[in-house]
Amino acid sequence: MKAFTYERANTPAAAVKALAARPDTKFIAGGTNLLDLMKLQIETPEHLVDINRLGLDKIEPTPEGGLRIGALVRNTDLAADSRIRRDYAVLSRALLSGASAQLRNKATTAGNLLQRTRCPYFYDTTKPCNKRDPGSGCAAIGGFTRNLAIMGTSEACIATHPSDMAVAMRVLDAVIETVAPDGTTRAIPIAEFHRLPGNTPHIETTLGPNEMITAVTLPPPLGGLHIYRKVRDRSSYAFAVVSVAAVMQKNGRNRFAFGGLAHKPWRVEEAEKKETAAAVAEAVLAGAHTTPQNAFKTLLITRVLTSIFAQAAA
Amino acid sequence: MKFDTPALDNPIDRTRVIGRPTDRIDGPAKVTGTAPYAYERNDVAPNAAYGWIVGTGISTGRIVRIHTKEAEAARGVLAVVTYENAGKLAKAKAHTARMLAGPDVQHYDQAVALVVAETFEQARAAAKLVRVEYAPNKGRFDLAAEKENAIKKDSQVGPADTATGDFPAAFARAAVTVDATYSTPDQSQSMMEPHATIAAWNGDELSLWTSNQMIAWAVRDTAETLLIAPEKIHVSSPYIGGGFGAKLWVRADAIMAALGARAAKRPVKVALSRPQIPNNTTHRPATIQRVRIGAGKDGRIDAIAHESWSGDLPDGDIETAAFQTRLLYGGANRMTAHRLATLHLGEGNAMRAPGEAVGHLALEVAMDELAEKLGIDPVQLRILNDIQHDPEKGPERPFSSRKLVECLTVGAERFGWAKRNPKPGQVRDGDWLVGMGVASAFRNSPTQDSAARVGVDAKGLITVETDMTDIGTGSYTIIAQTAAELMGVPIERITVKLGDSKAPVSSGSGGQWGANSSTSGVYAACMKLRGELAKKAGFNVNEAVFEDGQIRAGGRNISLGEAAGPDGLTVEDKIEFGDMQKKFAQASFGAHFVEVGVNAVTGETRVRRMSGVFAAGRILNPKAARSQVIGAMTMGVGAALMEELVVDKRFGYFVNHDLAEYHIPVHADIPNQEVHFLEELDDKSSPMKAKGVGELGICGAGAAVANAIYNATGVRLRDYPLTLDKVLEGLPSIV
Ligand SMILES: Cc1cc2nc3c(=O)[nH]c(=O)nc-3n(C[C@H](O)[C@H](O)[C@H](O)COP(=O)(O)OP(=O)(O)OC[C@H]3O[C@@H](n4cnc5c(N)ncnc54)[C@H](O)[C@@H]3O)c2cc1C
Ligand code: SF4
Repeated sequence: MKAFTYERANTPAAAVKALAARPDTKFIAGGTNLLDLMKLQIETPEHLVDINRLGLDKIEPTPEGGLRIGALVRNTDLAADSRIRRDYAVLSRALLSGASAQLRNKATTAGNLLQRTRCPYFYDTTKPCNKRDPGSGCAAIGGFTRNLAIMGTSEACIATHPSDMAVAMRVLDAVIETVAPDGTTRAIPIAEFHRLPGNTPHIETTLGPNEMITAVTLPPPLGGLHIYRKVRDRSSYAFAVVSVAAVMQKNGRNRFAFGGLAHKPWRVEEAEKKETAAAVAEAVLAGAHTTPQNAFKTLLITRVLTSIFAQAAA
Repeated sequence: MKFDTPALDNPIDRTRVIGRPTDRIDGPAKVTGTAPYAYERNDVAPNAAYGWIVGTGISTGRIVRIHTKEAEAARGVLAVVTYENAGKLAKAKAHTARMLAGPDVQHYDQAVALVVAETFEQARAAAKLVRVEYAPNKGRFDLAAEKENAIKKDSQVGPADTATGDFPAAFARAAVTVDATYSTPDQSQSMMEPHATIAAWNGDELSLWTSNQMIAWAVRDTAETLLIAPEKIHVSSPYIGGGFGAKLWVRADAIMAALGARAAKRPVKVALSRPQIPNNTTHRPATIQRVRIGAGKDGRIDAIAHESWSGDLPDGDIETAAFQTRLLYGGANRMTAHRLATLHLGEGNAMRAPGEAVGHLALEVAMDELAEKLGIDPVQLRILNDIQHDPEKGPERPFSSRKLVECLTVGAERFGWAKRNPKPGQVRDGDWLVGMGVASAFRNSPTQDSAARVGVDAKGLITVETDMTDIGTGSYTIIAQTAAELMGVPIERITVKLGDSKAPVSSGSGGQWGANSSTSGVYAACMKLRGELAKKAGFNVNEAVFEDGQIRAGGRNISLGEAAGPDGLTVEDKIEFGDMQKKFAQASFGAHFVEVGVNAVTGETRVRRMSGVFAAGRILNPKAARSQVIGAMTMGVGAALMEELVVDKRFGYFVNHDLAEYHIPVHADIPNQEVHFLEELDDKSSPMKAKGVGELGICGAGAAVANAIYNATGVRLRDYPLTLDKVLEGLPSIV
C-alpha cells in the first residue's frame, strides 16, 4: 500500500470539492473494495476523502411513490428495510446473497455499484491487464475464463461486474443521482451507468471524474413476483457464477436482468416480450461470445429462466 | 522406553482423565486473543522491524538484474535482501526449491527479495519499488501433457510400485471389471494463520519465533539453508493457527526473516500474505489416477490396480495416491504404481493425509462403480472385501486392529442407509435431486519416536516439556491428560510447555502420528518419573499406586511433592517404536455416509447430511478427536466440490491464489455432521493404545459426496472438483 493522506468530509459539497482539489484522490465509503485494491497497489490514491459522515444514509420516499436510497446506506440496512422487503424484494434478496454479513455491514450502496471486477488477472500485478494498466493487454483472454463475461465483451477485456445489488437495481430501473463540484446534479438511469469494456475497460461507468453518487432512487413499486436466483460454487460468500433478477407479472410484462454475464448488469428489454423461457434466453444471449470454460453459462441461464417461468406459473 | 512388544495393562487404562472430553486447556487463551501467535510475539522481540517478501513474476528462468536502489531509498527502509547480498546459502535437503531465488528462478512467486522497513506499510510499499529483469524459460505446467514423460520415483515413505500375483491375467479373466481414470487438482492447505516468523540474531545465534509443525526439522533445515550449526538455532512455536502440512517445513518467511534480521541488525518479522501462499509455499499436487478392479459375480475382488501420476519440481516427490489401495481391500492379484512428471509449479508437498486424501477420491468411487456393475450394495461390497492382514505381505503381517466392517455396519444403521434407493436419479425434494453415498476411510497410522521431560516440584506441580506442537489439534490437552492420568493428579496440576527446540525432540505434528506418538513419549517420561519417585520414597515401583496426588504402597502413602523433595525431580525419556510397524499393518479406519441435494436446475450440489463412524484405537479426548474429524470431513467436502488451484498453463502459476477465488467450504456448506467413534484399544500401536485420527476424516469423505451425487443424478463425475458446470452437462433437460 502506498502512503496516502486522509480527510473526512462533512457535506456532499465539501466532499466533491475535496475530490476535485487534488489529483489522485478517491472517496472511501465502506472501504471493503478500495482498501483491498490499495493493499495490492491496484489502486494507488494519494489522498482519501472519507464520505461516511455526509448524512447520506437514509432511505426516504420520493414524491413519485418510489424510494430514494442514500449513497451511504449500508447493504445490511438496505436489505433489512421493511419497504424494500415488501415492495422491492428482488433487491433485498440480491443484497443478502452477496458477500458476507460482516462485509454487508460496511458495504455501501454507492460503493457496491462501483466495486471493481474479480477477474483474477486484474488482481495479479505481474500480469498484463488493460483495465489495471491500459494498453498492456489482457491476460484473461486465452487463460482462466470460467468466471468471466460472455456478453458485450471486447478484445480488450472480458471481465464481469461482480455486483448482485446492481443486477436487482437494473431490473428495477433504478436511477443514480450525482453531484459535481460546481453543484450540478445528474440523474443517470442505471442502464447508462455501467459501460461495456470496448477499448477502454478502465473506464467503467459514466460517472464524471469528480462526481459523487449521492443517492439511488427506485421508481414506484412494480408489484409482481420478485425472484433473485444466484448460482454459485458454494452456499455463501461466493460471487455469482450467473445470477438472474426477475420480476414476473401475471400480464406477462416480465423483467429480467443478469449478473455474471457482462461488464455491467445485463438486460435486454426486447427479450422480455418473449413468452417462453427458451425464447427469452435466446434473445438475451444473442451474440454471446463464449470460451470452452464458460460456455455453460448459456445453458445455465436457459435453465434458470425455465425454472423461474415455472415458479411464476405455479 | 522401547516399544517392541504389545502393550500390557498399564496405568493409562484407568481412564480417569485420558479418554475424557476435556475442554482444551489452551482454549481460553485462544478465544480471548491472549495466546500470542508467531507474528504477535512482541514480548520476545519488541523492536522488530517489518519484512515484506517480493515474489518472482515468472515461473522459471533467470534473474538478469535486480534494481533495489529505489526501494532502498524509500522511506523507512532498513535493508533489501536479495541473493546478491544474502551471503552463501544452500538448499536444505527437505526443500525441493530454494527459499530465495537467484540467479535461477524455480517457480512463480518464489522469494526474490525481502524489504525490511520500520513499519509494515513502508516495507510493503517499498517492495513494489524492487524491479527485477528476467530471462524466462519455457516451463512445463500441464500434468496431462507431461504424463507420458513421467518417471518412476520412490517416495520417502514407500516404494513407487508394488505388485503381488498376476494382475493383468486376473483382470483379463474377471467376470466384472471397472477401469476408470480420475483426476484431482492442485490444492492449497489454506490454514487460517499464514506462515509467519520473527527472527533475531544474538551474535551467531539465531532465534526464530515461528509457526511450525516440526520443531526439530525446522532447526535442521534452517541450519542447512543458512550453513550454520544447528546448536546455534533456537525455534519457538507454541501456538500455531493450523498447518495441514504447509508448516511441516521452515519456509521463506523464516529464512528471509533470518536474512533480513542479519542485514538490518535488528529482529525482523515476516508473514506471507494470503495471495502469496499458494504459489510461494507448498501445495498438494494434482493427480491423474487410473483404477482397475476385477471381481467375481459374487463381488469378491480378484484383481486390483491403482496407478497415479503427479508432478513436482525437479527432484521433487510423488503424491502417494495409491498407498491405501495396497492395504484397504483383499484380492490376490494386485499392483500399484506412481509416476512423477516434472512441473514448474512450486513445491508439491504434504497436505492433510497426503496420498490417501486424493487416493480415496479415485478408489472409493471406483468401488461405487463396481458395486453398481455387480448389483451389490456398496456397503456390502466393501464388507465382502475386508481383509484382516496386509494383502500384499500376507497373513504374516496382520493389522494391529481393524474395524472397517464394524464402521460400515454401524454407520449404515445410524445413517439410515437402508432407505437409499439404489437406482440413481429417483429421489426428489422440490428442485433438489437427493442421493446418498458411502465410502470407506483408511489412513495409515505411522508412529515416530518422541521424547519428553517431566518434572515434579516440591508442591507436587508437574511440568511437561517437549518440542511437540499444537497446531489447533489439542496436543496441549491430551499431553496434560496423559501426565495427569499417569501421575495421579488432576489436570489443573499439569503445566505443558510445547513447541520449543530447547525441549526434548518429539514426533512433531504430521502424518496423523502426533497424538499417539507424543503422548507415548510423555508416557515414557512419566513412567520413568514414577519409578524414580517410588525409589526415592522407598517403595517397590510395581506396587506403587499414583492417585490423588499421593503415592501409595504397602499401607504407606506420601505426596508427590514430598517424594520429589525440596528441589523437585525431573526426568527425560523417549519412546522408541522398534519394528512394530513392520510386524503389524497399522491404520485407522472409518466409514462415511453422505446425503447430498443436487439442484436439478443449476447443478449446484449442497451436502445435506454427513455421518461418519471411525475406529482409531483409544480416543484420547473425544471432544478434540471429534473436532479433528469434522474438520477433516469438511475438507473432504471441499475437495469434492470446490477446491482447485487453477493452473494457468501459459504463465505457469496458480491463478486463483486468494481465498475469494480459491474456494473452501463456508459454514453454510456444512450441515450437521455426526461423528461416532467405536471402542477400540490397539495394544500394538503404542502404550497409549491409540492410533491417528487427525487425517482419517478427510479420507473417503469426498468420495462419499461424489457417490451421493451419482446416486442423486445418475451423473458419474471423475474429474474433481465436481463443480456445477460439470454436473450440469449430465443433467436431463428441465422443460
Ligand atoms: C470477500 C468478498 C466477497 C464479496 N462478495 C460479494 C458478492 O457476493 N456480491 C456482491 O455484490 N459483492 C460482493 N463483494 C463486494 C462488496 O459488495 C463491495 O466490496 C462493497 O459493496 C463495496 O462497497 P464499499 O462501500 O465498501 O466501497 P468502497 O470500497 O469504499 O468503495 C468502492 C469504490 O467506490 C467509490 N465510491 C464509494 N462511494 C462513492 C460515492 N458515493 N460516490 C462516488 N464514488 C464512490 C470509491 O472511491 C471506490 O473507488 C464482496 C467483497 C469481498 C471483499
Ligand atoms: S479481462 Fe479485463 S480485467 Fe481481466 S485481465 Fe483482461 S483486461 Fe484485465
